[in-house]
Amino acid sequence: MTLSKRIIPCLDVDNGRVVKGINFKGVKDAGDPVEFAKKYTIQGADELVFLDITASQQRREIIKNVVRNVAKVINIPFTVGGGIKKLEDARDILLNGADKVSINTSAVQNPELITELMSIFGRQCIVVAIDVKKNYEYFDTKKKNILREYGDNNAKKYWFEVRIFGGKEGTGIDAIEWAKKVEQLGAGEILLTSIDADGTEEGYDLRLNNIICKVVSIPVIASGGCGKAMHMLEVFKKTNVDAALAASIFHYEKYTINKVKKYLRKNNIHVRI
Amino acid sequence: MTKIAIFDYGAGNLYSLKCALERNGTKVSIIKTLEKTKKFDGLILPGVGNFDPAIRSMEPFRKNFSSIIEKKIPVLGICLGMEMLFNSSEEGKLEGLKILDGVVSMLPKRKVKIPHMGWNNLDIIKKDSKILKGIRNESWVYFVHSYHIIPVNREIIVAKSKYGKDIPVVIEKDNIFGTQFHPEKSGTHGEKIIKNFLNICDDQK
Repeated sequence: MTLSKRIIPCLDVDNGRVVKGINFKGVKDAGDPVEFAKKYTIQGADELVFLDITASQQRREIIKNVVRNVAKVINIPFTVGGGIKKLEDARDILLNGADKVSINTSAVQNPELITELMSIFGRQCIVVAIDVKKNYEYFDTKKKNILREYGDNNAKKYWFEVRIFGGKEGTGIDAIEWAKKVEQLGAGEILLTSIDADGTEEGYDLRLNNIICKVVSIPVIASGGCGKAMHMLEVFKKTNVDAALAASIFHYEKYTINKVKKYLRKNNIHVRI
Repeated sequence: MTKIAIFDYGAGNLYSLKCALERNGTKVSIIKTLEKTKKFDGLILPGVGNFDPAIRSMEPFRKNFSSIIEKKIPVLGICLGMEMLFNSSEEGKLEGLKILDGVVSMLPKRKVKIPHMGWNNLDIIKKDSKILKGIRNESWVYFVHSYHIIPVNREIIVAKSKYGKDIPVVIEKDNIFGTQFHPEKSGTHGEKIIKNFLNICDDQK
C-alpha cells in the first residue's frame, strides 16, 4: 500500500458563516463552519479547505474564532486561505489550530512571503494556490517569457496565465514557470484551480493538471470543474495529481464523500475508506 | 485526571494536539522548560518545527530529559518529536537527544514526492504493541514529513509504512513511544492511539 489519493471539500466562509453560491450570481447563508467540518469529517473527507471571503474590518478576529472552533472538533487536517497578506496573518491562523495556510495573490505580489513562511512554519504548512486561465492573446514568446502554447489541431492557441484577486486580474505570468518557482521558494503543495473549468461542472482541466504535475515534485491538488464523481476518477486516472478538491457536489448533497470514495475504489483508485 | 505536558519548541500549531488530548478529558499544559517533571504523568514532544531550532529549545534541559526517561515517565514523540530522540538528523547540524541509537535521513528523493503528505497505511509488525493496542493492520494514518528514522536496534520498530521504501513509523521501547505520522490528525485511529498513550500514562502513575 502507499499514499492514498485525497478528497478535499472546500468551503467558502463569509463573516464566520459558510456560504454557497447559487449559479455564481448570489450567495446564501448555509450554516456553521463547525457543523460542516464535523459532517464532512464523518463522511470521510481526507482534509478540509476553508476559503475566507470576509471583507470586513474584523475579518482577522472572525476567522481566528472559526479556526479555533473547527480545530476543537475535527481530527483531520485543514487548510485556511483567503486574505493572508503577511506573516502575522498566517501566524494567527496556524497558531489557532489550522494545519496549513493557502496563499495566492500575496504570493504573486510578494514571492518572498513563501520563503518567509516556509522557514518559520515548515514547508508542509504552506500551500500556494494558483488560479489559472487560458490566454488566447498573442504573446511574443521571447519578450514575455511565455514558454509554451497549447491548442488542438486548428484550434486557436493559448497559454496558461496566472490570475490574481480571485481571477479578476491577469499577471502575464506563465503558470508553468510560476509553479516551478513556488516550489523553489518553499511551497509544500500547490492548489491548482482552472478558472475556465471552475463552475462548468464539466470536469477538471486535465491538460493543465498534467503539465503542472510534470514540472513540480510537490503534491498538487486539482480544483475547478468537478460536477460528478466521474470527474474525480478522470483526474486521478489521467494525471498525477495527489488530491481533488470540490465544493458544489458535496454542498448540494448530490454525493456524499463516502459515496464518491466507494466509486473511486471500485475503479481501482487508492482511497482511504 | 491524566496530566500531560506538551513541550513547546516555539514553532507552530500545538492547539490541535491540545484539543485532541482535551477531548479525552486530559489536563494539558504547554511547557517551555523541563524542570518541574513532578507535575505531569506523560510528556509529548510535538511534531511541528525544524530539527535544529527544536533541539536548541531543549538544549538546557538535556539532563532533565534523561531523568524523565530514567524515571520511566511515558514520552511520546510525534514526527519531529520522535526524530529528535535519535543521534542526529540530515535536517540539522546539532546533536539529537541521543535517547535512542540511530539517525534520521531524508526520504528517497528521486522515487517519491517530498514531503510525504497524506494518508498511508500501517503495516504492524509487533502485535503486542502497547501504543497500537486495538489498532488493526493497514489502518489509515496521516503523515506530513520529509525525513525518516533509521534505528540501530530494529527491535524497537512496531509498525512500518511504504513510501518509496519501507520506513519505520511507530517505535516503542519501555516507556518511550514515537510515531512518524500525526495521531492528532489521523481520524478515529489517531484518537485511539492517543487514548492508548493516555492509558499507559495512567497505569504508570
